[in-house]
Amino acid sequence: MTELEHKRPAAPVPAEWTYAPAPEGREIVRLEERYGLFVGGEWLEPHSGEHYATISPANEEPLAEVAQAGSEDVALAVEAARDAFENGWSRLAPAGRAKYLFRIARILQERAREFAVLESLNGGKPIRESRDVDVPLAAAHFFYYAGWADKLEYAFPNRRPRPIGVAGQIIPWNFPLLMLAWKIAPALAAGNTVVLKPAETTPLTALLFCDVLRQAELPPGVVNIVTGDGRTGAELVKHPGVDKIAFTGSTEVGKAIQRELAGTGKKLTLELGGKAANVVFDDAALDQAVEGIVNGIYFNQGHVCCAGSRLFIQESIHEPLIAKLKRRLTTLRVGEPLDKNTDVGAINSRQQLEKIRELVAAGEEEGAEIYQPPCRLPEKGYWFAPTVFTNVAQSYRIAQEEIFGPVLSTLTFRTPEEAVEKANNTAYGLSAGVWTEKGSRILWMAQHLRAGVVWGNTYNRFDPASPFGGYKESGFGREGGRHGLEPYLQFDGKAETFGG
Amino acid sequence: MKAAQRLHVRKTYKLFIGGAFPRSESGRTYEAEGQNVARASRKDVRDAVKAARAAQSKWAGATAYNRGQVLYRVAEMLEGRAADLAPLCSGRAEVEHAIDRVVWYAGWADKLAQVLGSSNPVSGPYFNFTVPEPTGVVGVLAPEEPALAGLVSRLCPILVGGNAAVVAASESKPLAAIELAEVLATSDIPGGVVNILTGLKSELAPALAAHLDVNALDLTSADGESAELERLAAANVKRVVRGDADGQSPWEIAAFVELKTVWHPIGL
Repeated sequence: MTELEHKRPAAPVPAEWTYAPAPEGREIVRLEERYGLFVGGEWLEPHSGEHYATISPANEEPLAEVAQAGSEDVALAVEAARDAFENGWSRLAPAGRAKYLFRIARILQERAREFAVLESLNGGKPIRESRDVDVPLAAAHFFYYAGWADKLEYAFPNRRPRPIGVAGQIIPWNFPLLMLAWKIAPALAAGNTVVLKPAETTPLTALLFCDVLRQAELPPGVVNIVTGDGRTGAELVKHPGVDKIAFTGSTEVGKAIQRELAGTGKKLTLELGGKAANVVFDDAALDQAVEGIVNGIYFNQGHVCCAGSRLFIQESIHEPLIAKLKRRLTTLRVGEPLDKNTDVGAINSRQQLEKIRELVAAGEEEGAEIYQPPCRLPEKGYWFAPTVFTNVAQSYRIAQEEIFGPVLSTLTFRTPEEAVEKANNTAYGLSAGVWTEKGSRILWMAQHLRAGVVWGNTYNRFDPASPFGGYKESGFGREGGRHGLEPYLQFDGKAETFGG
Repeated sequence: MKAAQRLHVRKTYKLFIGGAFPRSESGRTYEAEGQNVARASRKDVRDAVKAARAAQSKWAGATAYNRGQVLYRVAEMLEGRAADLAPLCSGRAEVEHAIDRVVWYAGWADKLAQVLGSSNPVSGPYFNFTVPEPTGVVGVLAPEEPALAGLVSRLCPILVGGNAAVVAASESKPLAAIELAEVLATSDIPGGVVNILTGLKSELAPALAAHLDVNALDLTSADGESAELERLAAANVKRVVRGDADGQSPWEIAAFVELKTVWHPIGL
């Protein structure tokens, strides 16, 4: 970035700069009218007979009826998982486990388009993301952990790694299929069986995944899927037959689970909320940084626990960076998730939309300055325009609380020490970003930021080989990589954290 | 001439906070092993956590080689005090066992990142690595027995990873812990990295478990009331650790580290 470029006025954006619609066809998805619970390889009706409608958040259109699992249903699922664990899965040759997981990876790749469309339909995320990120990464996760299944003794030498038993897994609505893969792949590779509860609002790809399991001929009961709201999750956490709980979701619910499990001896891993700092120094490549900032906070509508929701800008570049960022925001295309040109899709649920609105209102009330690019939001469905706040104080709610929406709070700093102090001034510690051309400074910052993942000159990158998880109140335990196996194993010798 | 028998100078048993030896701010004591021992209060817990937090980052920032040498120095100091320590625990053998344990852990300081960390082959042009970092401030309920080896076995894996500790010492046999504090005070462990509180665990443990600036809680030696402590620990998502009361393993160190993964693009 030269002086000259700083001074050059930004090129005006044409007022009517539009793309022709490029909708991805949805015919590839065949939905049932009503889904049961996937227990012991079969579809069961919930004891209560209770179902609820799952919708498309982009237009509130009902997509299917799904079952609300109650305590009897959860008990049946745990029983099926226990039975599968005792009578086969844990005694299957590890290479056999590996092959099942490889099969699942391949089938996900083969049916990738179907999963991508369904993910966008049910969750509201742009097809570009579900097609290019969620689904390929989910398949990659199964492929990665497949290879570990028969190599566990090399991952943990001298520890005699053994499966734990039945894992209860509760996943969020922001990356429904990907979070399913993050949970199921390492659990199965380690030799456990699973009862998984998808999020209330996004159960459909998990239910379609049951068909992948059928095609893979996975033995019945190894994976059981129970749908429902928070009550179903609570039943799963409480069930005495579950040996391990893995939860991804809010810090509030994570704490409640940790309390609930106190004294039970059950193992627990928590991947909770975040309020990540994305720190831009004055020597950063500003245009790249702007792309990283946008990817950091508007990817998946900001429904990302590691979203770069607090932008820290070195004072000397505050003005030019904010100007570039605002200009970039005007080119973001908000709208139909199934349109291949869409950058920002629908907010996942009415409840989440209300939470975002509440926090944004609080930001304005507390004195922050709001910017939203001009964009036409669809009339039906749940939508929120990409938002940038300037003039934000550290104490504002929008600088402290996780918004989980397309809302960026910007703050400034002068020195690296100040940036670190401000960035670490949060109860969370999931992720952080650093933008600078100076290598030693990236490493210094990476060392001092208290977060489980630090992205230098990039943001929101994920890979099955890369461990992911938080410091402090962002949770404990890691998902991904060799480290991601550990929570699903027990070992000789002691030294186990609650998180395992 | 028959010398009058010299009256020896007794020791006042105090707490160890921030490298100093204060009495309990509450002014209370309790009797253990025939001595009046300071009975720390919740306020002492808070002071100790504050001292630990203040000392932790410098300790973590020391090079691994340096931390290893400082821990080795603790073993040297223990060796010199072995005769004093022996009567305060089960005897000479326990002291030697404890010294050897410190030496064993001292040697881990500059190796644990190689065993616990990794470089990760992500599918893209990125350099990606995972390193262990200290969890921060750790609250420890020391084993009641062995009075010395138990405490040393729990402290070493916490310290070698770069954490600071606040210890609730053995309630029934606290003298070895105070003697150890004197050893630590004359070693090169920075003041505040280890803080030792004597008193009633029923008072100290809940205060440690609930403290929002404590990152991890070692419940290896908690008995009956551990469910309640675990519940309190959830207030700030503490890592609750159950290790080996008298064992050594790199996985004991692993229980007190966080794993940080760093990404950077590779390109021209």
